[in-house]
Amino acid sequence: MDPVLDNLDLYWDGFLRSLSIIGWSLVGSLLLGTLIAAFRVSPVASLRAFGSAWVTVVRNCPLTIVLFFMAFGLPELGINTSFYVFGVGGLIIYTSAFVCEAIRSGINSVSAGQAEAARAIGLPFTQTLTQVVLPQALRATVPPLGSVQIAMFKNSAVVGAFGVGGDLWSAGRNLTSAQGYAYIPVLTGVAIGYLVITLTGGALLAVIERKVAIAR
Amino acid sequence: MSQTSVLYDAPGPRAVRRARIGTALAILAFLGLAVLVVLRLADRGQFDAELWNPWINPSDDTFSQVWELVGKGLAATLIAASLAIVLSLVVGVLLGVARMMLGRGLRVPVVAWIELFRGLPVVVTIVFVWRAMVEIGIDVGPLPGEPALWYLVIGLTLYNSVIIAEILRAGVGSLPSGQREAALAVGLTNGQAMRSILLPQAFRVMLPALISQLVVVLKDTSLVAVIGLGYLELLRRGNQISQNLDNPIQSLLIVGTIFILINYGLSKLAEYVERRMGRASVSSAGADDQVPAGQGA
Repeated sequence: MDPVLDNLDLYWDGFLRSLSIIGWSLVGSLLLGTLIAAFRVSPVASLRAFGSAWVTVVRNCPLTIVLFFMAFGLPELGINTSFYVFGVGGLIIYTSAFVCEAIRSGINSVSAGQAEAARAIGLPFTQTLTQVVLPQALRATVPPLGSVQIAMFKNSAVVGAFGVGGDLWSAGRNLTSAQGYAYIPVLTGVAIGYLVITLTGGALLAVIERKVAIAR
Repeated sequence: MSQTSVLYDAPGPRAVRRARIGTALAILAFLGLAVLVVLRLADRGQFDAELWNPWINPSDDTFSQVWELVGKGLAATLIAASLAIVLSLVVGVLLGVARMMLGRGLRVPVVAWIELFRGLPVVVTIVFVWRAMVEIGIDVGPLPGEPALWYLVIGLTLYNSVIIAEILRAGVGSLPSGQREAALAVGLTNGQAMRSILLPQAFRVMLPALISQLVVVLKDTSLVAVIGLGYLELLRRGNQISQNLDNPIQSLLIVGTIFILINYGLSKLAEYVERRMGRASVSSAGADDQVPAGQGA
């Protein structure tokens, strides 16, 4: 394990860089996914159509193709920025489709009787939404949303392999191809880095799920 | 529109009018956006015939060549995906049954194996398999096909087999407990109950989830394009073409559309199977800790 122990600082920097990719993608995909979900349940038909088209296209397209589009398609249109922004942008777009579906399934899981009962006792629309429907919907959304985000943590490795630079993945690439270390110990280090991220994420999610679980 | 009925009252005449106005405004906004994009594309010469002709004009010299390459790539993608899903199914069922049937102590390594490969990004697994097998000197030469295919297939199998093992476990878990109790009561052993009572029912329940997993496998074959593994599947063929013809947008559009069409068909098939079986599938029956259908990469 010498290659890993001798280069712990390189791994640490890569780890932090990977966390920053994950952090931005988390925030971005939640925002974009919520927006698309709002489109998909809105009373405006054209927004609904746009929302389902977005989900259908993005969900069935490999992340790699989304990334290639960002990095090689956008420059053709005169949009040039760093690979980091392209990579994070691609990951946000890709994850947003899954976030949207998780949120929509949460809203759908609230039975219509809940809203009907709220209206029957005379609550206005805003109170029906904020006091009755949304609190239940958000709780039901947590488990699927959590799995989506943990899958995104793993997909951040694809963004790394794509060539963002400076993350866990490139730490491994740097050590093997530039410095000539053997692959097995170096890649074991990379794998441990990702395992720390996904297993911690999973444990955190379990805690949150227990906190918000509804007894139904 | 069942989901809107939770959030809204049945709309009255004013709300209907407002929704129509909103629809019109949104259509205008999308059209405006589309026009902007098209103008930009035209401005950068992205509609030039030389970029599109190899793809859409049969009289272009490269037309047949380009589509032949795409055909080869698609075949390579489908071969890798089918090998991976079949192997994953076999290994996954073994892992899943082992996890359910072994005793507390014996189960530990199986659970560790499953958690390990479920937590690793599949792209890391594939590279690891590839590099480690080369470094240790495990020869995949005797297997049919090129070595790169097997690195990819083994990597995909390691990841997807543990997912299938978990889908299977959730499928068995979703069966009423009376099934197993009745089997034991009529004198079947644990193994017999699993083999002839629980697994056949679990397979039925997990069929939609399995088809969705095929979408994941198909998408994940394209990972070879970012790690430089020399297996020329659809996306790598597309990149090859776009490098030669210098038309990345057009080539990616075609390749992406092929992927989307296949995966869309598979998703629809999964939905259809789920509806036909007329009962809750694994994905909605408590396996909430698995990767939601279709994600992956």
